[in-house]
Parts: sequence; structure tokens; C-alpha cells
Amino acid sequence: MKILVAVKQVPDTATQVKISADPRAIDTTGITWIVSPYDEFAVEEALRIKEKRGQGEVVAVSLGPERVKEALRSCLAMGCDRAIHLNDPAWNGADTLATAKALAAVIQREAPGLVLCGRQAIDDDMGAVPAQLAELLGWPCASWVMEATVDGDGKTARAARQVEGGLEVFDLPLPAVLTAQKGLNEPRYPTLKGIMGAKKKEIRDVKATDLGLAVEPPQLSVVMLEALPPRPPGRILQGDVPTAVKELVRSLREDAKAI
Amino acid sequence: MKLDLSAEQQMIQALAREFAETAIKPIAAEIDREARFPHETVKRMGELGLMGIAIPERWGGSGVDAVASVLAIEEIAKACGSHAAIMSVNNSLYCDPVYKFGTDAQRERFLKPVASGHAHGCFALTEPQAGSDASNQHTLAVRDGAHYVLNGRKQFVTNGREASFALVFCATDRAKAHHGISTLVVEKGTPGFLVPKTEDKLGIRASDTAELVFEDCRVPAENRLGEEGMGFPIALATLDGGRIGIAAQAVGLAAGALERSVAYARERKSFGVPIGHHQMVQWMLADMATAIDGARLLTLRAAALKDEGRPYTTAAAMAKLFAAETAMKVTTDAVQIHGGYGFIKEYEVERYFRDAKITQIYEGTSQIQKLVIARDILGGSR
Repeated sequence: MKILVAVKQVPDTATQVKISADPRAIDTTGITWIVSPYDEFAVEEALRIKEKRGQGEVVAVSLGPERVKEALRSCLAMGCDRAIHLNDPAWNGADTLATAKALAAVIQREAPGLVLCGRQAIDDDMGAVPAQLAELLGWPCASWVMEATVDGDGKTARAARQVEGGLEVFDLPLPAVLTAQKGLNEPRYPTLKGIMGAKKKEIRDVKATDLGLAVEPPQLSVVMLEALPPRPPGRILQGDVPTAVKELVRSLREDAKAI
Repeated sequence: MKLDLSAEQQMIQALAREFAETAIKPIAAEIDREARFPHETVKRMGELGLMGIAIPERWGGSGVDAVASVLAIEEIAKACGSHAAIMSVNNSLYCDPVYKFGTDAQRERFLKPVASGHAHGCFALTEPQAGSDASNQHTLAVRDGAHYVLNGRKQFVTNGREASFALVFCATDRAKAHHGISTLVVEKGTPGFLVPKTEDKLGIRASDTAELVFEDCRVPAENRLGEEGMGFPIALATLDGGRIGIAAQAVGLAAGALERSVAYARERKSFGVPIGHHQMVQWMLADMATAIDGARLLTLRAAALKDEGRPYTTAAAMAKLFAAETAMKVTTDAVQIHGGYGFIKEYEVERYFRDAKITQIYEGTSQIQKLVIARDILGGSR
């Protein structure tokens, strides 16, 4: 069975995000880029399904500028068999729908039995692409999946979703789209052999025209980014304990409105 | 001149950093306190390919290079000097010589299990009377048919208790002095091979430093690495590479101590300001950072020369000397910046300070490195 994993390259979780001179974008200088952590769960699950079945192919796909190759190389180092890079200036400023359309076009050509994604990317947290993708393909979709199994014939998948207080278990006919929630698995580290082997694996550049796509202007565009107001400093209450406690209760009630 | 690492080298560095942060750092203080060999994390390092980095895949290794080894050892040492010692010895003092001087049959038996992390190897050169004077080998191997009968005592052997294979240097012909030294691979479990003692140490306490004793230990002649009498050149060539590993360990210890010192200088206040605002602390931090970068560049240069197959003996000695002295100076200053908190175990720079000391001693003391460097610059006129 062929499994396709859609990944996004995002700033490292430790990044102090700054808004650039153009208020619609962040300043990317000095940023360390990583594969979005939820997407790593998706990659790991795809590799485990393949390993369990003893055969198959895992293809990593990502849309973005040249630097995205690093993220794809990480996926190859973890064990993906090959990668596709949707690399075309026509996709600059692509919104979730444009991204989903590009991915859908690749998926129609690749015809995988299963598509795995992270539940959302940790940079803009939209979480829209997987559902849009399933809709465009006309495939079933289960999100925030905590457990996934594929039947022996590769005809159906059973997915357990996280819901309040428990799990909700679905059977889906394949092909389908599943999105990974934290807890689905523990992603492996790439081995040194995996890292060295990755450079021999294919990363294929694909342009919009290769997919027969005419990229339309995004329907969703960023107007501006605003930094959160800085957190006010903490306050240390003065006086003896009875006075301080009184002031604390008053402050929690009247200033913070917490009680 | 290019200063960029390849994409693969950067990925290996990132992998070692992440593994060190998540798996090693949390246990480093505990294994030091208990002087406990970290079996679980060392096993995982083997699975990742960190125990035979520069050995070709065919022989169980990762098929990378010396530069990647340096990057990985530095990252591991930043979190824990003991793990770095275990790793450096396995890679450069055992795997490298068995690969370089072994036959394919020897590589199959003695290298594959160790380079792939399923077993460990150690390097037994030092004896009670043979430290810097390494050619003064009292351990004796006498040929008896298809075997050598080995008798003697080896000291301060890193990984000595945990290793399944020991690279043992011994005299096969006393009359020929250092031309009469040979190298045998001795398997743990061979009758007459004993490990009577593990040392209680100042630093790198979680790595085992053992005494090995051989009493009429019969070692098959096919376990000899290289020709009879080739032992001393093998030892010297191996130590050239080992010094790059120890230099990397020293750079990592210094970098780890600097990282903690910078964090402390930002948060600790004296005279109403963070201590990093005081010029005397800034001065120390600047010196630390500069020396570490110098040591790192020397170490990477030695590794790059090795990878290119160019002579690197002097470069490795310079890297080891400068990195070890830097590690001692930087960790001493790190304790100083932490003041009283540096002297207690809670802030961990105390451990870096203790771990750093060995880098000036093992695999050739700082004084021996100076001897190697001086011999090179004076040439025949010394």
C-alpha cells in the first residue's frame, strides 16, 4: 500500500516570533525550521503501517519555498521512501484551500491508499488543509486520531479519535484522510544510516503547471499580524499576612475578576 | 576556505543534540552520583548509529566521517561527560583500529557487533608502570602453537568492565623493545581474562574505568591485529584519532558549562542588577566563548584532515591540548561565576569541572601533546 504524508515546515517551537517590516509576515531571519510536530506523528504512523504490512511505500509531500527541502530530507531520514516538493512561486501566499488543491492534484496522480497529515500545523494553527483535501478528493476523513490500524487487504482503516473524556472509534473505507493527534505514537529519531541514506532518495520538484493547475489568487489573505501586548509584571503584596491576604482576595475579586 | 557543514553533518549534529537534551541530560546528575553505567541510553545510542559513526555500513557502522563524530561527541558531552567518554572510546579507540588494521574475518567477528552498538569495545594500553611511557609494556604474550599465552595487568581501561572485546597491547618480543609489541583482540569470557576492579573516580564517574588482568589467558593467534611487532605503531595511530574524540568531549564539556553560566548570569542578581551586567563577569564569559570557538575549530580541522586522508597527528595533538586546557579553564570559571552555587551539586557546573580534569590526562596528557607538537615543529633538530 502506498501512503502519502503531507507535512509542513514551521519555525522551531523555541522561536521568539517577531513581526517583520511588512506587518503581514513574520521576520524569518535566524529561524530554525522543523517539520511540524503533529506531522511527525503522521510520518511515524505511516512508517509503522508500512513496517507492519511488510511492504508498501511512504511518500512525503510538502508545499513551500526551497528551504522546505530540509523538512523533506528529515522525513526521508526517518524512513520515507521518496518526497515530492511543491515548489513554485505561483504558490507564494497560498491559503489553505490553494494548498489543499495542490495536494489533491498530487494525490490524484499518486493514488495512495491512505493520506496522513498532522491535525494542524503549529505555526498558524488553521487545521483546515486535511478536511479541505478530503472534501476535494471526496474521501472520508477522521481528525485528531489517537489510534490507527489498516486491515490486511488495505480496504478499510479503523481510527480512534480523541473526544472529551474518551475515544470515538470509526471504520473508514480506504482511501481516506487521517490527521494525527499527539499520543498517536512516539516519532523515532532518524538513525545516522537513515540520514546518510536520505541523500540517495528522490525529492522531486513539482510546479503548478506539472499538475495542470492554474493557481488562483488566495481567497484568504492576511491583513496584518499583531504581537500580543507584553505581559504586565507580577505584583508583590506588602504588609503582614492578614493585610496581604485581604489585599490578595480583593485584587483577585476586583482587578483580576478571578473569584 | 569553506566553513559550512554538509546537510548530513548538520542533521547528525541536530539528532545528537536532541537525543542528549531529551534522553541524557535528565539522568546525567544521577548516574554521576551513583557511578552507574548508563546501559539504556548507550544501547539507544548504538541503535541510532552513534557507536560506530565513521565505520562503513558493511561492518555495522554508520558510514559517516570524523567531522560528524566530532559534532556528535560534542553534543553528547554538553549534556554528560561520561556518555561522551563511553562513545569516544568505543568509536575511536576500538572501532577505528579494528577497521583500519583488521582483516575482513576480524572485522566480521570483532567490529560488526561493536560498531552496530550490540557490544562494546575497549583499548587496553596503560599499565601500572606504563602511562605516558606506553612502550614500557610488561604484559607478555608468548606464542604456543596456534595461541598466545597472555600474562599481565592493564590499568585505567575505559569501558573495561562493560566491553565484550578488549584491544590488548602486549610484548611478544621483549628484546625488540617497542618494536616487539603486538595487538591482540581478547574476548570477554576467555579463561584467564579477569576484571578484578573498577576505579572510583573524580569525574566521568558513570563510565567504567577498569583493571584487566590476564593469567595464562590463551588467545587464538588469529586474534592478532596486524603483524607481530606492529602494536606500537597501531597504538600511536589509534591515539591520534582518539585525541580528536577527546578534544570534542572537552569542547562539549566547556560549551555545556558556558551555556549554564550564561543562563545564570542572566538570572542571578547582585548589587541590584543581573551579574551579567558586571564587566568582570562579561569578561569571563567572553574569554570562555572565544576559547571554546578556538578549540572547536582546531578539533574540526583535525577531523577534516583525517577525513581527507592527510597527516593530522600534530593537528590532533594541538586540538586535544587546547580543548582540554580550555575545558579546565572554562569549567573552573563557570564554577566561579556561580559562586557558592557552583560549589554545590544542584547547578551541575560542579560536575563539568570534575569531568573536565580527565581530558588533560587521558589519551596523552597535555604534556605529551606538547611533546608531540614540539617534535613536529623542531623536526630533526631537536
